[in-house]
Amino acid sequence: MSLRLLKKTLLRLGFCVAIGILLLYAVFPFYYAVLTSLKPSSALFQVSYWLDKPDFSNYTAVLQQASFLQAIGNSVFVAICVVALALFLSLTAAYALGRVKFRGRGTVLLLVLGVSMFPQVAVLSGLFEVIRALGLYNSAWALILSYTIFTLPFTVWVLTTFIGQLPGELEEAAIMDGASPWVALTRVLLPLLWPALVTTGLLAFIAAWNEFLFALTFTLTDQERTVPVAIALISGGSQHELPWGLLMAASVIVTVPLVLLVLVFQRRIVSGLTTGALKG
Amino acid sequence: MTTSISRAQPFYDEPLPIKETPVQRRRIRAAWLFLTPMLLCLLLVAGWPLLRTFWFSLTDTSLSDAGAGAFIGLSNYLAIDGDGWSGILVDPLWWQAVRNTLHFTAVSVSLEICIGLAVALLLNVRFTGRALVRAMILIPWAIPTIVSAKIWAWMLNDQFGIINHLMLGLGLIDAPLAWTADASLSMWAVIMVDVWKTVPFVALLMLAALQMLPGDCYEAARVDGVHPLKVFWRVTLPLLMPALLVAAIFRILDSLRVFDVIYVLTSNSSSTMSMSIYARQQLVEFQDVGYGSAASTLLFLIVAVIAVLYLYLGRRQMEVR
Repeated sequence: MSLRLLKKTLLRLGFCVAIGILLLYAVFPFYYAVLTSLKPSSALFQVSYWLDKPDFSNYTAVLQQASFLQAIGNSVFVAICVVALALFLSLTAAYALGRVKFRGRGTVLLLVLGVSMFPQVAVLSGLFEVIRALGLYNSAWALILSYTIFTLPFTVWVLTTFIGQLPGELEEAAIMDGASPWVALTRVLLPLLWPALVTTGLLAFIAAWNEFLFALTFTLTDQERTVPVAIALISGGSQHELPWGLLMAASVIVTVPLVLLVLVFQRRIVSGLTTGALKG
Repeated sequence: MTTSISRAQPFYDEPLPIKETPVQRRRIRAAWLFLTPMLLCLLLVAGWPLLRTFWFSLTDTSLSDAGAGAFIGLSNYLAIDGDGWSGILVDPLWWQAVRNTLHFTAVSVSLEICIGLAVALLLNVRFTGRALVRAMILIPWAIPTIVSAKIWAWMLNDQFGIINHLMLGLGLIDAPLAWTADASLSMWAVIMVDVWKTVPFVALLMLAALQMLPGDCYEAARVDGVHPLKVFWRVTLPLLMPALLVAAIFRILDSLRVFDVIYVLTSNSSSTMSMSIYARQQLVEFQDVGYGSAASTLLFLIVAVIAVLYLYLGRRQMEVR
């Protein structure tokens, strides 16, 4: 009996250790970035695991850079516009795909899935030409337009799944009463879809906020850059003396909003990620 | 909820009702109207640019005078003249990029699947604070790739990095390692960062799949006193296979187009250059749109073959069931 108890205790202990290692693995790099960002430059090159006195000079320095603030503003603007555009386009599309049975529905879904799979670099030169032709090169609109290539497929996919799961009776009643599909969508289904819209909107926001390849290629000047590009381009006197404290402060500033979003909306994000993948 | 899940069906078209009432016809017309903006947008940002990329790959267009390129056939891919063979298909750097990408994909996806599965099994156990732990492991996923690459670049710094410090302290190495500069280590550094960032996604996918598994098999196995490891191999793993394959294919397609991590961590070093990095370098830095487009086209073809194979197999599997 006591042997069994011992075994059980050991098992539980092992489990706690495993969870501890997992948490350490997941959180430590970010913790270390915060730690580094709060060090004065004199202490930067001594490795330590704890901090006695936080020093905010890196943060004041990075927030005094006009180009960094501009980049944050650009990122917020781009991400919000991408979310609005993707949600509008995919809401109507998802209504059609999730509610109406018509010939070609499967092809459209397959097409959307196909777009989500192909490598962004494959459209780089063609998209560059489109953007120049539209006169959007080096502007936020170039990014807003190009980001629909990776946000639309999954917002359409996830919203289609969500709409397909809603009970059909409500909307059928409205249609029978002579409501147009547009009215049925906006008046009857939309109020039920808010949770799904929040989920997909969040995922689209994070994807747009983090995008790098298009932002690097389609913008040229500090005035139009987004945060990932601004951070990637922070440099010191040479390749070997990057201003690490400053870099970590900038990294923490752009990451904290995302981490908060994730912690608050954890359940929604997980459900959105898994419906996108598993039901497909 | 349970009855309505069957409504969300995948790709194939169901046979249509033969009689179409006016109401139905109106609905179908409205459906296409509703789809038009989305389809137009995808045509503008995906369909048309893709076709243009194919076209550019057959020309000698350069970035500075787009539109002025002349048709040169397949010369960007392979050509022969007085000096011998030329073109991408004989460029050793391209083949190095292909090898790097495949190496990166194979190693990081296998690691992600194994670690992700382990994490999912761990989080499938009920314990207090599970929701919090689940939220915490999402943090690496939410951090922008650029930022996580920079954080790891700092942790892997050869002189002041905490990883070298830790390994020296533990006696694992006796001299600091140049993680991102040393050609034999840099690919491992890239893989390390990518695995760290994407394990949460795989783990949560696996966890969701685990929680959908029927409980009665486990009940039966427990009553019969089957060893837990045997239950895992004989019950859990086979039932989890479809979700595992979905996660693997998502990750494989994602890894084949890898760009950000490598760009930030090791920039254009040839020992980690991926196909995307190679294509963009030709396109933007060397201004050679024709040649860069040819590289992009090859990458697209590789990804397309894998995607089509996957869709085909997935459909076959569905028909079998």
